[in-house]
Amino acid sequence: MDSYIPHTSQDVNEMLEAIGVKDIDSLFSTIPAEKRIDSIDLPGGMDEFSVLSELRKMAYTNASADKYSYFLGAGIYNHVIPSAISQIVSRGDFYTAYTPYQAEVSQGTLQSLFEFQTMICEITGMGIANASMYDGASALAEAVLMASRYTQKYRALIADTVHPEYVETVKTYVVGPGIKIESISHDETGMVSVKDLRSKIDDKTACVVVQYPNFYGIIEDLKVIKENLGDILFIVVANPISLGILEAPGKLGADIVVGDGQPLGIPMNLGGPAFGFFAIREDQKLVRTMPGRIIGETVDVEGKRGFVMTLQAREQHIRREKATSNICSNHALGTLYASVYLSLLGPEGLKEIGELNLSKSHYLLEKLEETGHFKRVFYGEFFNEFVARTDLDVKKLQKTLFKNKIIGPLDVSRLDKGMQKHLLFCATEANTKEEIDKLISVVEAM
Amino acid sequence: MKKYLKTHEWAELNGKIATVGISNHAQEQLGDVVYVNLPEVGKTVKAGEVFCSVESVKSASDVYAPVSGKIKEVNKALESTPELINKSAEGDGWIAKIEVSNPKEFDNLLDKDAYDKFVKDSE
Repeated sequence: MDSYIPHTSQDVNEMLEAIGVKDIDSLFSTIPAEKRIDSIDLPGGMDEFSVLSELRKMAYTNASADKYSYFLGAGIYNHVIPSAISQIVSRGDFYTAYTPYQAEVSQGTLQSLFEFQTMICEITGMGIANASMYDGASALAEAVLMASRYTQKYRALIADTVHPEYVETVKTYVVGPGIKIESISHDETGMVSVKDLRSKIDDKTACVVVQYPNFYGIIEDLKVIKENLGDILFIVVANPISLGILEAPGKLGADIVVGDGQPLGIPMNLGGPAFGFFAIREDQKLVRTMPGRIIGETVDVEGKRGFVMTLQAREQHIRREKATSNICSNHALGTLYASVYLSLLGPEGLKEIGELNLSKSHYLLEKLEETGHFKRVFYGEFFNEFVARTDLDVKKLQKTLFKNKIIGPLDVSRLDKGMQKHLLFCATEANTKEEIDKLISVVEAM
Repeated sequence: MKKYLKTHEWAELNGKIATVGISNHAQEQLGDVVYVNLPEVGKTVKAGEVFCSVESVKSASDVYAPVSGKIKEVNKALESTPELINKSAEGDGWIAKIEVSNPKEFDNLLDKDAYDKFVKDSE
């Protein structure tokens, strides 16, 4: 082990002498000899240059979206990230991942979070947003908890077109409070079955959850769902990058809108970290049951504009076990990426990105169907993802694509055994026409 | 006649109905009240149990029921003007009216002099 430890034998001897111990082995004398190991089979230590070279070699074997064409979505998406983002967020004035403990001293951090909340409200069409949650799945779980807190009812209906891993996260969070989760089925359009929804709603239901666009890429008809809900809280999980062209959930009756912020300028980072967003309609009673930090705008004693953490009486450091949630932090760095991304794009840019996603994914589906090996499964309108059934061997297809530097679609049967040979494709503004045409030619050559 | 709790609530019995709220001293300690989480009408409460909460700019405090019974009415004015509690904690800032199930519980509460003495001693 010598080469992993920086101390010289002289250092070691001096330390042993200072504490009056004969040798290192006698420090471990309380552990029975037969429980100890003599050595660990590790290679010798290396200098910095050799370590870097070794790690680079290992990193090079990764297949990343920089080197491969990427047609995988299902929760984390490959989007174009303007270079200006990393320049701006890396500025020393911004570069802290954490809300400072003495928050009001850091007016700049609070202002950036306030601007973030404002932008989330604008794209979701909601009245109040918090300063972010950990990710989309935990934001949804918190929304379901909040709905039960608000309504004092303990039954939640979740569409089976919501991301299966989000549903798993919700089920984990609701064990303690004992909220019963039930599923609503979908019809041949790939949208929530309104008939099934109607049959499952009762006076014990706290909330109904749908995803927009849903896990299969289909754009749910939020207005029709809302018409069936009455007082039941309507929770929408939204993909924020779709909201440049889709009507804001807040304008279609959503009470709570949550989602994952990764599409807004954050690298895929092997699946995270990104951040979750959380917004509600403007309602004084509702806001008091909302989890997370909220930054408010105010004026100081001299009448100058300033920012504060507000409504903290809901939070854990004041309300202790009666707090609305045990989240006492946020993902400030992730929200900063999103704020910079949205401000670089502006409303027009976000709309253009949305249109590009729409047209690329529709072009991909059209070309796939032309090969005769793929057929669209759901007939609802879709955004940048869709499910296609294939007559090809899925494993062989994925392998062939990978050999041709293409990361293929998600095999949906991995998450739902009933959906053998169903593939979830994704195409975004980051996919060029050449990439799509290459994918098609690889399929045709199979 | 108003009676008080050591947890700084008051109650006043009128026939079978007790009007309850937080004391003027509690109001002073809380500072600006910004929200009152009113109890539900029809709910049954037990003396000594939390039945609602009052939120000020610096804290959110539980309010304990001075007597057992059923909530008959809540002060709806507090929804839009919670500052009524600061203006008149023991008058217009009342929180709820409870139909008492056991009027004898009133005997356990402090009268005004005893409460004032308790407040003074604990300062």
